[in-house]
Amino acid sequence: MLADQDRIFTNLYGLQSPFLDGAKARGDWDGTAALIANGQDWLITQIKESGLRGRGGAGFPTGLKMSFMPKESDGRPSYLVVNADEGEPGTCKDREIMRHDPHKLVEGCLIAGYAMRAVAAYIYIRGEFYREAENLQRAIDEAYESGLIGENACGTGYRFDVYVHRGMGAYICGEETALIESLEGKKGQPRLKPPFPANMGVWGCPTTVSNVESIAVIPTILRRGATWFSGIGRPNNTGTKLFCISGHVNKPCTVEEAMSIPLRELIEKHCGGVRGGWDNLLAIIPGGSSVPLLPKHICDDVLMDFDALKAVQSGLGTAAVIVMDKSTDVVKAIARLSKFYMHESCGQCTPCREGTGWMWRVMDRLVRGEADVPEIDLLQEVTKQVEGHTICALGDAAAWPIQGLIRHFRPELEARIAAYKNAQVQAA
Amino acid sequence: MPTLTIDGKEVTVAPGTTVLQACEIVGVEVPRFCYHERLSIAGNCRMCLVEQEKAPKPIASCAMPAADNMVIHTNTPQVKKAREGVMEFLLINHPLDCPICDQGGECDLQDQSMAYGKGATRFHENKRAVKEKYMGPLIKTVMTRCIHCTRCVRFAEEVAGVEEIGAIGRGEHMEITTYLEQAMTSELSGNVIDLCPVGALTSKPYAFTARSWELEKVESVDVHDAVGSNIRVDFRGKEVMRVLPRLNEDINQEWISDKTRFAYDGLKRNRLDRPYVRKDGKLQEATWAEAFAAIAAKVNGLPGTKVAAIAGDLADLESMAALKDLMANLGSPNIDCRQDGAKLDASARASYLFNSTIAGIDKADALLIVGSNPRIEAPIINARIRQRWLGGGFRIGVIGEQPELTYDYDYLGAGPGTLGEVASGGHSFAEVLRGARNPMIIVGQGALARADGAAVLAAAREIADTYGMIVEGWNGFNVLHTAASRVGGLDLGFVPGEGGLDVEGILAGAQSGAVEVVYLLHADELDTSRLDNAFVIYQGSHGDQGVKHADIILPGAAYTEKNATWINTEGRVQLGNRAVFPPGDAREDWTIVRALSEGLTGGKLPYDNLGALRRRIAGEVAHVTAINDVVPAAWSTFGQSGPLGDAPFASAVTQHYLTNPICRASYIMAECHAVIEPAQEGTGTHG
Repeated sequence: MLADQDRIFTNLYGLQSPFLDGAKARGDWDGTAALIANGQDWLITQIKESGLRGRGGAGFPTGLKMSFMPKESDGRPSYLVVNADEGEPGTCKDREIMRHDPHKLVEGCLIAGYAMRAVAAYIYIRGEFYREAENLQRAIDEAYESGLIGENACGTGYRFDVYVHRGMGAYICGEETALIESLEGKKGQPRLKPPFPANMGVWGCPTTVSNVESIAVIPTILRRGATWFSGIGRPNNTGTKLFCISGHVNKPCTVEEAMSIPLRELIEKHCGGVRGGWDNLLAIIPGGSSVPLLPKHICDDVLMDFDALKAVQSGLGTAAVIVMDKSTDVVKAIARLSKFYMHESCGQCTPCREGTGWMWRVMDRLVRGEADVPEIDLLQEVTKQVEGHTICALGDAAAWPIQGLIRHFRPELEARIAAYKNAQVQAA
Repeated sequence: MPTLTIDGKEVTVAPGTTVLQACEIVGVEVPRFCYHERLSIAGNCRMCLVEQEKAPKPIASCAMPAADNMVIHTNTPQVKKAREGVMEFLLINHPLDCPICDQGGECDLQDQSMAYGKGATRFHENKRAVKEKYMGPLIKTVMTRCIHCTRCVRFAEEVAGVEEIGAIGRGEHMEITTYLEQAMTSELSGNVIDLCPVGALTSKPYAFTARSWELEKVESVDVHDAVGSNIRVDFRGKEVMRVLPRLNEDINQEWISDKTRFAYDGLKRNRLDRPYVRKDGKLQEATWAEAFAAIAAKVNGLPGTKVAAIAGDLADLESMAALKDLMANLGSPNIDCRQDGAKLDASARASYLFNSTIAGIDKADALLIVGSNPRIEAPIINARIRQRWLGGGFRIGVIGEQPELTYDYDYLGAGPGTLGEVASGGHSFAEVLRGARNPMIIVGQGALARADGAAVLAAAREIADTYGMIVEGWNGFNVLHTAASRVGGLDLGFVPGEGGLDVEGILAGAQSGAVEVVYLLHADELDTSRLDNAFVIYQGSHGDQGVKHADIILPGAAYTEKNATWINTEGRVQLGNRAVFPPGDAREDWTIVRALSEGLTGGKLPYDNLGALRRRIAGEVAHVTAINDVVPAAWSTFGQSGPLGDAPFASAVTQHYLTNPICRASYIMAECHAVIEPAQEGTGTHG
């Protein structure tokens, strides 16, 4: 269990002031100028050495991503875009940062932005996060007034601006290139890659899009040292992480924990255990709605990190743990996710546009058992036809939960079909 | 120069080439729906997936730039499976109504489903149905068939320059629409019909009239403007069923204007299908012999100076040559092909050509437009200007009207005063021209068909000379014609001879009695009421303006009904070919003149077939033998420096959809005129 002194987000629950006075008391904005004075290369090396991996879901090494930005400008400015369009079902970590500790994000923007030679940061915040946007904007205003950002950020002579842009609630705008399109005022549809944002991002300029948490932890990592951060968790899965636990637990919460904490420990320590005891557990979705669920026997001893979850054919995703006890209709639960992905598909490319609707319709019938057993295999094939064939990862995200369901709960599906058929025969 | 391996074949391609293009270079066919050479890359249909070694998942070949050491496989089971998967997805919500779909037989989806489609469906849910959208009088929509490739959206935005088609809704509910369901206000809208890979956007006038495989096809040339777009005329029996573009990179690329595509129904209406002779003040049906006899009775014995001929906008080269010979036989110097009175100088060929050529626009880096609205005078050339403008580094200045073009321009002024300022270097735009490597000027007929036309022409020439438009390998002096016949007529010298009268002189002479006989060859855009006193012979295809005061009507052929030569505004010689025969007793135009000559003073003209006539023309105008080519014209001094008038320049075309007898007879063009032109005016009081 993570020691209190190793926590980065010390105001996660809003017990203190989220604004500049409180933030400074918590150590934010302390020696920022000195950190910046170490230069871009030092900053990026430190972030690389800390082993920080992107907290938005894909887990791409943050330092490496920042190093893709051009060292010499070809005349175009570079931008940092912060992805605060937290829309993954089950996830509620970025909003806690923005409403209770916004200065961590603002300071992170300055340092990360400086490290990648960006002239400004655009924080694309989910439209529904109204109060969060207010708090964030207030924190930015405070930072401008105190000279922490702006013309002469922290007295370093570096000019850096931070803007907040509120989204309109489309899940797809959390995809980095769709977010860029939306930021430019266009319809939120993912772009083709290549070119990658580091070459052609927002307004055709080099851009890095990073998750709120990835950026917000950077100042603390630099202040406490890369080795401190990399000493937490397992190799390649280092640091602390915000976990959002929801569903059938006694005390749902968002909590900062060490990476690689056992799933069972996470739930029992912080959430008061599964409703009705661990044995009442049916399955857990460990990383937000996009990743395949895990049945209880895997949950018993799996670790919560990128590699351990990948090894059991799931993923850490956004670390949004959705707990389902035995009262759950797991087929209905996954069908609901299918409906979500159908609703949120942008419609641009064929497999996702057509496939998500097909998958949901079959899932919807499977909830009632109104199907034939071969249709389970058909559904599996359809998910495979979508997965990996789309422009962005939404197609994969729509396919994986269903694949997880079929992988772990096929007997349940078959039983439902049999029960439905029986009922039909009896009625006739 | 990246070198990559495709299906075991190594190929080196130019930087920037996509994998799909590289595949085409080595002869590997990759199926696609959304990709189109002339549009931006969307990469959304996912049909062109191929396997790249070391890539975690299949790549969209249309969007992936070829890179060194790529190893691409297009024929593996995985690729086939991926494409079959995409095809299945495209078909699950497609209505499969091919038997009642106009695209049937020429449908990309149909064709590719033969290769990648499953034999039976596995989709047992309800299919999606999408409401039809109104897109104007030309485009029929069946949006349930749409596969969301967005070619139409990209065409409207990129080529046509009107952002009037888009996709609204998300996921399954994504729909292609014109937003407010108004007609697309583009002169090029019909091209989305060709672009649509399925039957979602089809031709409204052609709907349910024919199947593509029962049509015969003839390659020909368009005459509705002076561009000479290459077309294919599809016909069945005696009827032209539709007109489609042919690829010609030098002229129309693969687009044609809506007028070119849809005016064909005008070929069936209001046609002159037998000769008429005015008896007792009334036009009465007659035989060819009676009509010729009536002409001979009037003309023979009359001094040549009392006879005149005007060639109109739709006269082909051969008939103008024959008529010129006939008039020479009669001793008349009164001939003119400049029906609109433009002060064009037939003696200097460079003075009336689009010298840079249409493809030359791609090389230009500054443009001055004088008295022309290319958007309605020559939509294809306008699209080329837009294409060049999108490439950047291309400033455009306009003198004349201030139309809504599909690109940004500097509006310099309305009239000849501004032209003079630019010529003398006193205008700021002069610096733009001076700084350009390949500057060009486009002079419209609106600037020339006026009293000071010759002075305008001289001022334009002066600008060309002053600003380096005429250098080795580049001639940026361009005259934009609006009539398909004009350059041919000028090349032939169908202009007043020694002491002859021009169009204005002929009309005035007819009023005063100095001219007693006027021969109108496809000439309709005149104030024919001024010909009331004269004996008017009208030869043409339609009962339009020209017949109103005619005493003799000789029914001729429209452009789809004759083998004829057309010379476009660039001076490019092209052959039009006959698709169908002229209706009734109508005949190919040169044969009428030739037959008429037998009974007239001077005797019959010395050619009995088209070949002989063409040899006769080639004897005088050598470059007509250079078919499909432009023979560059030598630069010389032309125009007449003189005082410029005050009146602002106006475009020669005011009603784009009603410029010639064929259009005016067309119901489709009438509807376009009613629906689209008010929308373009954008007064806010229409609809």
